[in-house]
Amino acid sequence: MPALPQDRVSSGSPPETPAGGASSGAGYNQPQQLSSSAKTRFRTSSSALADGAFRALVVACALAVLAIVGLILFELITQSRLSLHKFGLSFLRKTIWDPVVEDFGALPFIYGTVVSSLVALIIAVPLSVGTALFLTEICPRQIRAVLSVCVELLAGIPSVIYGLWGIFVLVPFMRYYVEPFLARYFAWTGLFGGPKIGFGMLAAGTVIAIMILPIIASISREVIVAVPRQQREAALALGATKWEMLRIAVLRNARPGIMGAVILGLGRAFGETMAVTMVIGNRGEIARSLFAPGDTLASVIANQFAEATGDVYLSALVEMGLVLFALTLVVNALAGLLVWSVTRGMPARSLA
Amino acid sequence: MDEQSHISVENLNAWYGSTQALYNINLEIPPRHTTAIIGPSGCGKSTFVRCINRMHETLPNTRVAGKIQIADLDVYGKGVSPVWVRRRVGMVFQKANPFPTMSIYDNVAAGLKLNGFSNHGELDKIVERSLRQAALWDEVKDSLKKKSGASLSGGQQQRLCIARALAVEPDVLLMDEPASALDPISTAKIEDLIFDLKQQYTVVIVTHNMQQAARVAEYTAFFLMGNLVELDKTEKMFTKPSDKRTEDYITGRFG
Amino acid sequence: MPDLTTHDISWSRRCKNYLALGTITAGALVVTVPLFLILGTVIYRGIGGLNLDFFTQLPKPVGETGGGVANALAGSLMILGLASLIGVPLGVGTGIFLAEYGRNRYGNVVRFTADVLNGVPSIVIGMTAYAIVVLKQGHFSLTAGSVALGIMMIPIVSRTTEEVLLLVPHPIREAALGLGIAQWRTTLSVVLPSAKGGIITGILLAFARIAGETAPLLFTSLGNDYWNFRLDQPTAALPVQIFKYATSPYDDWHSKAWTGALVLITMILLTTVAFRLVTSRGVRESG
Repeated sequence: MPALPQDRVSSGSPPETPAGGASSGAGYNQPQQLSSSAKTRFRTSSSALADGAFRALVVACALAVLAIVGLILFELITQSRLSLHKFGLSFLRKTIWDPVVEDFGALPFIYGTVVSSLVALIIAVPLSVGTALFLTEICPRQIRAVLSVCVELLAGIPSVIYGLWGIFVLVPFMRYYVEPFLARYFAWTGLFGGPKIGFGMLAAGTVIAIMILPIIASISREVIVAVPRQQREAALALGATKWEMLRIAVLRNARPGIMGAVILGLGRAFGETMAVTMVIGNRGEIARSLFAPGDTLASVIANQFAEATGDVYLSALVEMGLVLFALTLVVNALAGLLVWSVTRGMPARSLA
Repeated sequence: MDEQSHISVENLNAWYGSTQALYNINLEIPPRHTTAIIGPSGCGKSTFVRCINRMHETLPNTRVAGKIQIADLDVYGKGVSPVWVRRRVGMVFQKANPFPTMSIYDNVAAGLKLNGFSNHGELDKIVERSLRQAALWDEVKDSLKKKSGASLSGGQQQRLCIARALAVEPDVLLMDEPASALDPISTAKIEDLIFDLKQQYTVVIVTHNMQQAARVAEYTAFFLMGNLVELDKTEKMFTKPSDKRTEDYITGRFG
Repeated sequence: MPDLTTHDISWSRRCKNYLALGTITAGALVVTVPLFLILGTVIYRGIGGLNLDFFTQLPKPVGETGGGVANALAGSLMILGLASLIGVPLGVGTGIFLAEYGRNRYGNVVRFTADVLNGVPSIVIGMTAYAIVVLKQGHFSLTAGSVALGIMMIPIVSRTTEEVLLLVPHPIREAALGLGIAQWRTTLSVVLPSAKGGIITGILLAFARIAGETAPLLFTSLGNDYWNFRLDQPTAALPVQIFKYATSPYDDWHSKAWTGALVLITMILLTTVAFRLVTSRGVRESG
């Protein structure tokens, strides 16, 4: 059954326009179907068959998507069952990671994932919301195109290249300039102490920040554009300055959606792997200082999965994947809900 | 004091991109009266009022040339900030646009707060006075700070917008088809309101509804294809207009 | 009473306005700095290593200079090609389902699931491909890498396909259906062709997105120092090779990593430019 419609897809596509044109012409020549009812009935039944087949084909594709997500969940659970059985919930709060005695806990990695992502958000959110505001409200049209291409390109750079740049440019810059500066003036916070090696949470957070900037900026932009023009006019007509207008009419209305964009960025930050692995220093310990090396769920999987020996070890790594999957799922669902609450029912383009 | 709100317009031209929307408009709008702007759609009546408070220029690719004087304020004068003009000229739009994230009270107080007004006792008084002027006080006084501006009905929202515009005590109140999206009862309420407002304000109202112009305005200006055809007492305009085009429009021969 | 005696807005409001707008503008400009820094560094450090050998030779063992990443380039192309064979039909099919039959509850379930899939970290998808291909085959393979990347393509392709299909004006469909053309034929010969540009855009976008993916390949296609053209054997891929070189302690390998990065970024940028050309033409056609 699948072979037949498959064939239609490939052979039906090339002569598309002429075929469409020809058959529409033919249709025009038979204004009343009554004259050739038998023929019509035959056509209808054969096309109903083809309709059904085509429909079955695309439904199968859609079902494949459901199946894949189901499969991901199923495999994560079955492959991690050893670890799930052995450690239970204690897996989430233990800090030990010892392949020799096969005792594993995920807490340092969960900590690393959350902290590096929060550092990233602190850097990325003001910059990306600012970029979104600039692109929609302030910048002249000629610059707008250039700037949005720049942001788009930033999103297109592969993670591994961010990592490469991180190792050879960002990490030394952190070590020689940023970390000494922070240690000197902000050591009292307790977040910036210890040896200044460059590799660590701070470098990871910075790289993630650059990588999630484009996504937060582009979704915030969509949400801001969706704020009706009437709201802006209401503020301006009251005698608001441009900034006051942005504050009371734009940001205030777009706030839930911008929150959504930020949370979506958080979801991306959680799953970010290569660049983080390359600059975070890879040590599964919880340290207060952001200068200290750390590890995330994703980075420890990237580093150890291919070489993991022993079933429990492997299964513990898969459970980390399961935790990561659960984290991103919750965060993305929340974000989707928030963005939808602002843009729903609003034809975003027409309100620009 | 009357001089405070006299509007005089000289050689006003306005464009959207390369399309000209207004051609050499010259007119005087008398203070403390209601002046209606009528004309077929696309005749430039909305553009005209949006030029008075410099809202026209907030749209992309627009341009204005000419002179508008509101009492001592040269609207397009050098160094005059559009923010200041809009502070003195209130505006009510076709579609009610209260701020949905603010309470009723905050909506009315929004303009004052922008101007750094923070005396709470005084603020309460002004909010009450403005809502009374907009004939909304009795309907909302129990839920001032509880309900959002967006929770009101369409007609109430429009009166809330009027109250918001009045709270900053503008010299002039511009209304761009304020009742066109409302039901007849709400429309009647707004019309009564406009009738009362002219005691204190110079009101300019755009309307496509000639009966409405006849009901609320002492003066009426007729616009056609970006030109001012005539401005006269409403009574005279509707009984014996001096221009043939006005007569054609009023008797329903086009538009 | 509001102050009516002044003739302009207050000095502090004016300052706040300019300060805020200035900060926003500065922030937007700061965002472009990393882009130019990264592109600049990649070009500066990578261009020296560009030569014919880089594209035609196998990697040399540690200690010997020279050599290239020909096997990784070929491997990447094969993995991407096979991934597209998986991801494009499934993605386009799902997109058609969502646009033509999915305006209901079932469609919402599929749409939500595709969004979930889009949000799954690539490393988790790599783990799944490991479980369903590598564990079954018993060894790392080209196929496993392609399965991982193919899965990643599906939600991107399906979303753009759905979007562009919905942009096709309804009257066009009705006209075709009204002429007695069957729905499947309408979709294939009327709706799809008018959305062709947009669908190709979506495919290119997905391609650019997965071309630089490294994490899901780490334990699927693994890597290989030699040529491999077999589906069931470990295969080198350019991003993995860059990762390996970057994290090595050797200077020569570092410079290879930069050159590799330059090649990879050029590949992705060319795809993105192609994407831009297709979209701008698409817009002109429909407008």
